Amino acid sequence: MNPTMNRRAFLAALGASAALPSVALATAETDARLVVVLLRGGVDGLAMVPATADPHFRAARGTAAPESDGLPLDGPFALHPSLAPLLPLWERHELLVAHAVGLPYQQRSHFDAQDMLETGFDRPLASDSGWLNRALSAAGRASPAMAVGRHVPLMLRGPARATSVDPSRRSRLTPERIAHVRDVLADDPLLAAAIDEGLATRALVDAVTVRRSRDLDTQAATVAQLLARADGPRVAVFDVGGWDTHTSQDRTLERQLAQLAQGLAAFADADPTTWQQTMVVVVSEFGRTVAGNGTGGTDHGSGGAALVLGGAVHGKRVVADWPGLRPGDLLEGRDLRTTTDVRSLLKGVLQAQLGLADDVLAAEVFPGSQHVPTLAVG
Amino acid sequence: MDSHHRAIIAQSRFGLGAMPGQLATVMADPRGWLLGQLRGSEPSTDQRLAERPDHADTVRQLASGMQEGSKEARRAMLDHTKSVYRTDVATHLSASAASSRPFRERLTRFWGNHLTVSVARKEVLGIAGAFERDVVRAHLDGSFAEMVLASTRHPAMLAYLDNLKSIGPSSVAGRRRDRGLNENLARELMELHTLGVDGGYSQADVRSMAELLTGWSLATDDGVTARMTLAMGGSPAFTGAFGFQHRMHEPGTKQLLGRRYGEGEAAGVAAIEALARHPATGRNVARRLVAHFHPRPTEPSGQAAEHHLAQVFTDSEGHLPTVHEALVTTDSFWERPWARVKTPHDLVLGVARALGLIEEGEAMGEALEALGQPLWRAPSPKGWSDDEADWTGPEQVLGRIEWLARVARTVGPTAGRGRALADELYGATLSPRTADTLRSAGRDDLWVLLCSPEMQRR
Repeated sequence: MNPTMNRRAFLAALGASAALPSVALATAETDARLVVVLLRGGVDGLAMVPATADPHFRAARGTAAPESDGLPLDGPFALHPSLAPLLPLWERHELLVAHAVGLPYQQRSHFDAQDMLETGFDRPLASDSGWLNRALSAAGRASPAMAVGRHVPLMLRGPARATSVDPSRRSRLTPERIAHVRDVLADDPLLAAAIDEGLATRALVDAVTVRRSRDLDTQAATVAQLLARADGPRVAVFDVGGWDTHTSQDRTLERQLAQLAQGLAAFADADPTTWQQTMVVVVSEFGRTVAGNGTGGTDHGSGGAALVLGGAVHGKRVVADWPGLRPGDLLEGRDLRTTTDVRSLLKGVLQAQLGLADDVLAAEVFPGSQHVPTLAVG
Repeated sequence: MDSHHRAIIAQSRFGLGAMPGQLATVMADPRGWLLGQLRGSEPSTDQRLAERPDHADTVRQLASGMQEGSKEARRAMLDHTKSVYRTDVATHLSASAASSRPFRERLTRFWGNHLTVSVARKEVLGIAGAFERDVVRAHLDGSFAEMVLASTRHPAMLAYLDNLKSIGPSSVAGRRRDRGLNENLARELMELHTLGVDGGYSQADVRSMAELLTGWSLATDDGVTARMTLAMGGSPAFTGAFGFQHRMHEPGTKQLLGRRYGEGEAAGVAAIEALARHPATGRNVARRLVAHFHPRPTEPSGQAAEHHLAQVFTDSEGHLPTVHEALVTTDSFWERPWARVKTPHDLVLGVARALGLIEEGEAMGEALEALGQPLWRAPSPKGWSDDEADWTGPEQVLGRIEWLARVARTVGPTAGRGRALADELYGATLSPRTADTLRSAGRDDLWVLLCSPEMQRR
């Protein structure tokens, strides 16, 4: 089969999950792991996954055209050279790439787009809770999801338990040492709950951490160990900034994509059994302008690229209803059009890992998405 | 609400936290205490702030260091701007902590955050402190339009949002080389600083604004493009200050929000003034003020306050003292003491004031880094969040408690010290829970007080 789907095959893939018997959904593995990597700032999808064999690619990108043609995947698509650590996963059918993917949003504000990407709603500022939290709540997951870093991103806020941990820091607090502080906050449920969750999570991390570092790849290796433990978390979120490349794009992406790829590869390398039960999804709030701007970078755009990785992913595919790169193909003459709603991809991942049915996904997780089909990723 | 609680709200919600020996004064007239800070006739800046280097000097030094070109010279220059940044941070934090007008200090940070520049871009390192002095402090008693204009012309903002190198494609410089527009500043000026994201502008408006702002760069010999400005440090005409570069400016008329603008610097100024006075700007600013100061921003009383402030903003044509006064005179800002968890910034300054550590600016700066809110280093142009949920993740709360343990240890905890301080700061408003815990906490009682809801919330 041609891994790059034409439009008809693409639509068929979108419909495929609807045919699954509901019993299959109900028996989904409770040990399924889910990792979300949020690339904040709008990563350039056409740099991460360039369509170098599209005859219009180089002319359309102008100053943003890469020097090399990248690492060929299939059809017109290739990987940025810094993503080379992901090639073995591609060959093992453990990497799926989605392109021309994005939100139902065309205004190009980081903050509104990030808000929608985190709440899962079809408009900005519609909710204080995140789609991932509501999905965990709907799936009845009891163990807390873990945000890597100090804060809990909006995506993980809501009724289900969530915690945060900074694996770069060594803990000095014990429940005994902190007893009086805990007492004085007894009538302050917000701060008291944060202390309780935090101490429990730190104890877990202390049991595995090898190296203390702020680097994404090191932290990913730590979290990969946690996911493999029986008492570890089943869901983790990485919130990674620095993708808003208005200037010096080549240099910035070369460095950051390399670290991202090493981090992602760490999940595959940690434990083979866990990897079979894991899906990692990498998303960003929007793509960037097709053409380079006047200052060695790109400006805010629309359609971008996303990745799904995991032992059970039906990979070695680029899923794209490719809108093309000729001037007339672009949104407002400047952006890659969004032809796949990113919620299709997220629904597919949640269905595979949490066993959520389409009606639950549309009602509770991504309100207003009844018309957005679930993309089969497994 | 009794005057005791109103005094606590005046100090914590509008100010930077309670100070020993201050309660009786504030209690006498909490509202008047705040209004007096807006009307005070004493100089608006601390002498130490006035002695900090001018931004143009720092930019000129940076440019001449870059011009030398050697690795060592560049490294030395970066070290120099880092040290300017560190001293600026310490000076600002000490001045804030020591201020007899803490409400003004809160407002200064509020507007500095509304018009965020961040040293996440290293070009901004040596001039972020200058930005707050030149743009925010200098215009706190003027109009919003003046403040936004000063912000948009400031080298820190021009560098942070990539306008220094933005070149009109049809300008003299643009026709010569393969460079062009960068719309970052134009977009954030409209989305964040003025109209707000729902303020009714289009992508075409963003592009027009970006064209209007081409040439807003640094002063050099006319004819040198901004791409080269940093390398022009030796040029006698390079002042390090703002300068309009004609050769980079996009010629022709531009259409912005249905109005036509010509070319030249004055057209950009007129466009910014129109944006600053637009009713959507009033709504956007009011939303941000309520999110920052109101006890329940998302509830009906918060929404009503937002509506009221937007009206005050529009009626006064963005006269900031009038808008600031309206915060204090709107009753719903005085409801529910200790409603919201402090940001790290307000906590650190509150601790410094409570413990009399007002000269420890450097330590306060380090604390802000440790607690995830380093001064002038917000992660995006949107600035630091006012959403409580962004500051109360488990790791963030544990980080506060660990930092406060270090503070209490450094101060030298002796049993009873926390109890005595609690009495001085909060008097009869201290909750029974806090009072009871302090009594049983022994040598930990100062730490426990610093962690208590009274100290953590505003």
